Amino acid sequence: MTTLGTVRRRRLSGLVVLTALLLLTVLASIAIGTRSLSPGTVYDAVHNAVTCPGGPFSCPAGSTAEEIVRGLRLPRTALALVTGLALGIAGALIQGYTRNPLADAGLLGLNAGAAFLAALSIYLFGFTSPEQYIWFAFAGALIAGLVVFGASAVGGGKASPLSLVLAGAAVTAFLQAMTNAVVLLDPTALDTYRFWVVGSVAGRDAAVLWQVLPFLAFGVLLALVASPGLNLLSLGDEVARGLGVNIGRSRALGLAAIVLLSGAATAAVGPIAFLGLVVPHLARVITGPDYRWLIPYSGVIGGLLLLVADIIGRVVARPGELQVGVMLAAVGAPFFIAFVRRRKLVSL
Amino acid sequence: MTLSLKTESVRPALRVGPVSLVLRPIMVLVVAALAAAMLLLFCLDIATGESHIPLGRVIDVLTGGGTRAQRFIVLDSRLPRALTALVVGAALGLAGAITQSILHNPLAAPDMLGITAGASFGAVTVLVIGGGSGLAATLGGPLAALAGGLLTAAAIYLLAWGRSPTGDRGVTGMRLVLIGVGMNALLLSGISWLLTRASLQDAQRAQLWLNGSLNNADRSGLLPAAFALAVVVVVALGSARTLAALRLGADTTRSLGVRIQTQQAILIGAAVVGSSVATAVVGPVSFVALAAPQIARRVLRTPGEPLIGSALIGAILVVGADVASRSVFPADLPVGIVTAAFGGPFLLYLLVRMNRKATLS
Repeated sequence: MTTLGTVRRRRLSGLVVLTALLLLTVLASIAIGTRSLSPGTVYDAVHNAVTCPGGPFSCPAGSTAEEIVRGLRLPRTALALVTGLALGIAGALIQGYTRNPLADAGLLGLNAGAAFLAALSIYLFGFTSPEQYIWFAFAGALIAGLVVFGASAVGGGKASPLSLVLAGAAVTAFLQAMTNAVVLLDPTALDTYRFWVVGSVAGRDAAVLWQVLPFLAFGVLLALVASPGLNLLSLGDEVARGLGVNIGRSRALGLAAIVLLSGAATAAVGPIAFLGLVVPHLARVITGPDYRWLIPYSGVIGGLLLLVADIIGRVVARPGELQVGVMLAAVGAPFFIAFVRRRKLVSL
Repeated sequence: MTLSLKTESVRPALRVGPVSLVLRPIMVLVVAALAAAMLLLFCLDIATGESHIPLGRVIDVLTGGGTRAQRFIVLDSRLPRALTALVVGAALGLAGAITQSILHNPLAAPDMLGITAGASFGAVTVLVIGGGSGLAATLGGPLAALAGGLLTAAAIYLLAWGRSPTGDRGVTGMRLVLIGVGMNALLLSGISWLLTRASLQDAQRAQLWLNGSLNNADRSGLLPAAFALAVVVVVALGSARTLAALRLGADTTRSLGVRIQTQQAILIGAAVVGSSVATAVVGPVSFVALAAPQIARRVLRTPGEPLIGSALIGAILVVGADVASRSVFPADLPVGIVTAAFGGPFLLYLLVRMNRKATLS
């Protein structure tokens, strides 16, 4: 017999198990690479880094292993963790608000918006590093999000799921074309852009992490605030309105969270397909449709998936590596297809 | 009292073999207007270029007149390009109309289902590995594109085969769309990865092709494209009634005596051939297969995606984009960039207008 109490206990223990798994993956991500480190070395290096007075990323030089951990692996792992978390939550929010199991940041034009302004700024100002074009990418996601949600909400603020996704497709196609026009005009922009657009957490400076972290934190906060309202919205607009939900305000809250999370994540690591699409489906298997659980689960699973993909990418193509965006697609697509084949999809 | 049948209220129908169409005067007028607009753009496309030829002279040459020099420019150098644009556009429009009708999803165009991406992946692989020059690029690229599109479609179809929620075996629309979206993301990411492996020069060449360029369109590509279009047209028009029935849902269709799986497979096959060949010939011209059926549906005010209307709109979009790319813009932009630049905002405008109407009524 399953009572409400056992369901809640199962959800809670599931979350604990997943978080433990996430921590193990974090350690693996620090240990595994072109030069693999033993667990003891990793522990020492992380311990020294964390207890360092100047913060984990600005410590005086130590051993080579410590250098690798502090200078490369730690920022990379942290970046993968937070962007995965952000993209997972953003995916759950987008699917919830659009009531469309196919929706993700890519489909609604946020990635394309970020990519367009990034490419444009690379072309106009000759930027070469992410810290320079990150703000443009962020603004691009915001503008694209506003246009998509705005266009589908014109007239009474009733954004139907279908018109939202159609508007997203229209904006994506337009922005992609504009991006392509820019990179066709300028070979240097193409050269920078093609390495950004695959989606990678490698070689990103710790500064990138600090720049996006406030936005991500605020986004997560908004997502948690939005989740009870999202539960009511999933009953349908009429019912939600009847239960006293201010639908316009609830949607605006959701939009703000989505743009913050996926815009900042995309700006930091490039457009990552699949994560936002797959993660909520995985989470829903355990949690069911309750967004108060679905959102934390999606965050943890998102971080876990991005880290695992990044680790595999470092191992399979030694001495080089596969970018995490490519890895996620290569691992995520077959998984997603198997998932679609096996389960009767939860309708939203 | 005599029994009288009100025959005048029955709409006149056109029957050619198994094909029968109900004729509505307004619809016939709109289709004729679209065809006229398409022909005008077609002539304009031939007229524009490095040396401008007056429109009257173009029509003169096309109907058999003109000097030898004019005949050379019009018939040998510009006509293949304009015809390629026309054929590619029509094929994409039709392919989009078929897939969107069958899958009951306005987003289920070949570009969203990964078929175009599969074709692109094939072509870019050859370009990156073969170095983008010589025989491998001129012959291998289009062939690899065709193979990529067909393989991707076959993979999606096989993967989508299984037991549906109602219990019978076959392909369900929703699963097909989902698996297609998955394949699309995989292939697009694969293309991005290939581009990071290429030399900058090859990456540039690939980028140009990836935007659908008519610059290299000549007779060699036109023939296969026209053949593919012919196949799609024949299959589509032969199955127009099935498409209309499929719109009513699987159970209703079955009760009307249609063998759903076979018909679906044939129709999807035709759409795949059409869009793959179009991609092989000029590269992925984005947005036409997605937008043309939706625009046609609204222009013609039909409940589903109209076949002939979608083909006409598709051709208008691509030919018009080619004219615009060479007359409006300073640089000779690939036609795919122009179709998206115009198609994107237009679909957005249609959506906004539709939303307004829905709230007014």
